[in-house]
Amino acid sequence: MSPTTDKLRPPTPAGLLGRGLNAFSLAGKKYGAEWYIFLAGLLIVCFMIFMTLFPWLFTSFNPSDQNAGPQLAAPAGVHLMGTDNLGRDIWSRMVWGAQTILGVAFAAALMSSFIGIPLGLLSGFVGGPLDRVLSLTMDSIYSFPGLILAIAFAAMLGPGVVNITLAVAVIYIPTYFRLVRGQTISIREELYVEAAQVLGAKRWTILGRYIFPNVIATTVVIFSVNIADAIMTEAALSYIGLGLPAGIPDWGMDLSMGKKFLPSGSWWLITFPGMMIMILALGFTLLGEGLAELLNPKLLEK
Amino acid sequence: MKNLSKYLATRILLTIPMLLILLTVVFLVLRVLPGDPISAMLGDHAPPAYVAEKKHELGLDKPIWQQYGEYLWQLAHFDLGRSMILNEDVIAPVLEKLPATIELTFVSLLVALAIGVTLGAWAAKHRRSPGDYAARLYGNIVYCIPVFWMGLLLQMIFGVGLDWLPVAGRVGSRVITSDFEMTGFYLFDTLAKGDIGAFTDVGLHLILPALTLGVTLSGIFLRLTRANMLDSLKSDFVLAARARGLSETKVVYGHALGNAFVPVLTMLGLEFAVLLAGAILTETTFSWPGMGRLLLERIYLRDYPTVQGVIVIFALFVSLISLIVDIVHALIDPRVKY
Repeated sequence: MSPTTDKLRPPTPAGLLGRGLNAFSLAGKKYGAEWYIFLAGLLIVCFMIFMTLFPWLFTSFNPSDQNAGPQLAAPAGVHLMGTDNLGRDIWSRMVWGAQTILGVAFAAALMSSFIGIPLGLLSGFVGGPLDRVLSLTMDSIYSFPGLILAIAFAAMLGPGVVNITLAVAVIYIPTYFRLVRGQTISIREELYVEAAQVLGAKRWTILGRYIFPNVIATTVVIFSVNIADAIMTEAALSYIGLGLPAGIPDWGMDLSMGKKFLPSGSWWLITFPGMMIMILALGFTLLGEGLAELLNPKLLEK
Repeated sequence: MKNLSKYLATRILLTIPMLLILLTVVFLVLRVLPGDPISAMLGDHAPPAYVAEKKHELGLDKPIWQQYGEYLWQLAHFDLGRSMILNEDVIAPVLEKLPATIELTFVSLLVALAIGVTLGAWAAKHRRSPGDYAARLYGNIVYCIPVFWMGLLLQMIFGVGLDWLPVAGRVGSRVITSDFEMTGFYLFDTLAKGDIGAFTDVGLHLILPALTLGVTLSGIFLRLTRANMLDSLKSDFVLAARARGLSETKVVYGHALGNAFVPVLTMLGLEFAVLLAGAILTETTFSWPGMGRLLLERIYLRDYPTVQGVIVIFALFVSLISLIVDIVHALIDPRVKY
């Protein structure tokens, strides 16, 4: 049997798995450490998303149950991470709190990309006074400490899940705008765009069919890194006390609660929420960085 | 030099529209979104007639474009206005708190640069070694540590646990600040008065907040330095220096790092914004009496003029730093042409 006909046969599950594992180890050899950075990030992110979707699989305690255990009990036995000042189980608050922070960060990143990307495309493609005004506006916001703007928004909107999402989303619009605008300008000059123009393609066709698909690939990388930033901003806002109404389990809020019991030596109250924030942000950073190195080594160095 | 001054003039002129845009955004956020200083002070159940009278007194009943115009007119005369809550000019609390924030940010910046640049240069020199990966991992991890959590951890370890360092405020309760206060920069003031006891006290209070902010920011500088060092190590002048027989240390940490530092310096302007955002969170954690705490206190009270004033000062501060960075860049790098 010749190798050509062999390839035409439908693959068996075992064959597929073998091929997958083979590709896996080959990628490890080809890309080196970057591949493992990417995998580590992917692993953390997948685990956290799984926990967000099925929190009841991870804990049997209700995060708001004030009778889950004794007050301020150190980590031991059924209370893996101890209990807080109200007798709530901390691990269950970590598990259910993942929904809040991940949901807000993801929604905020989506929202800012939905606004930033089209504006960046338009600005880079059309050019002229529109481009100048938009760029100046975006640059002004970009160069200013984003957290301060988010604080202003969050304080004025008042507590609420939607409000905190808006406050986080606003400050990352310039991130997408600047990236997409820059890419659009350089792609606009590419030969294939020129060819399409010569062949009589309409302006909108060029923007939608030729430029947009090329821009969107690099935004995926930024999206992942951006979620990490959004996670930190959400945590910061709720730590300050600007984010969410009481009753919603949230890591940042747990941290600011735990701060009050620091002098009494209740170390578990602040150790675990902070660690969760760090691990979640690290997951998205590593994922983004690994992706960037694998797709386009030059991107993050800029 | 003539070109340089022309460039700088353009740069300074460009900060005006940037400031204006920021101010407009903040003005709209504050005035269009719900809430105002009257209801923040009196609650929702105050008699409507009294609320209306108060609003009129503060000029909040005027159309928004008129309020905006009047505010800009004030600013154009270098007047930040008066607080709507307390009987004071906005500039008073700002001048009182600004030195605390500047002192904190500059010491933190030094910490971040010292750690970041050293580790970054070393990692680039030992590229793909276990040490390089460890340094990069360190960079990624500290970047993902929330500033306030780092602050709480350090407080827990060095303040509560070991009881080595103070965890709140700028000075201890036994030090009387009016004895030495001149500029508001306590490190400088205590030294100028020759009060070594107070200087030590101020220094001890600064250690944990500055470490908190410095370490969390060192990751960014590590990454920047490493990336630029890698480019720089590949360049011709490094090859030339090696060919001249200079010692490896001199080549790497003299020639290569010297050149790699220039792009790091140019990024300093942007990183300063991150530093200020971190400073706000550090101030909250360490009860540091700076601009960040002022902003948070007043934003709850809806004290529009003070909040706007703080933001104007922050924006000026950021623009000033990026201007200084550009000037220094032009002076130290002869290749820069404008």
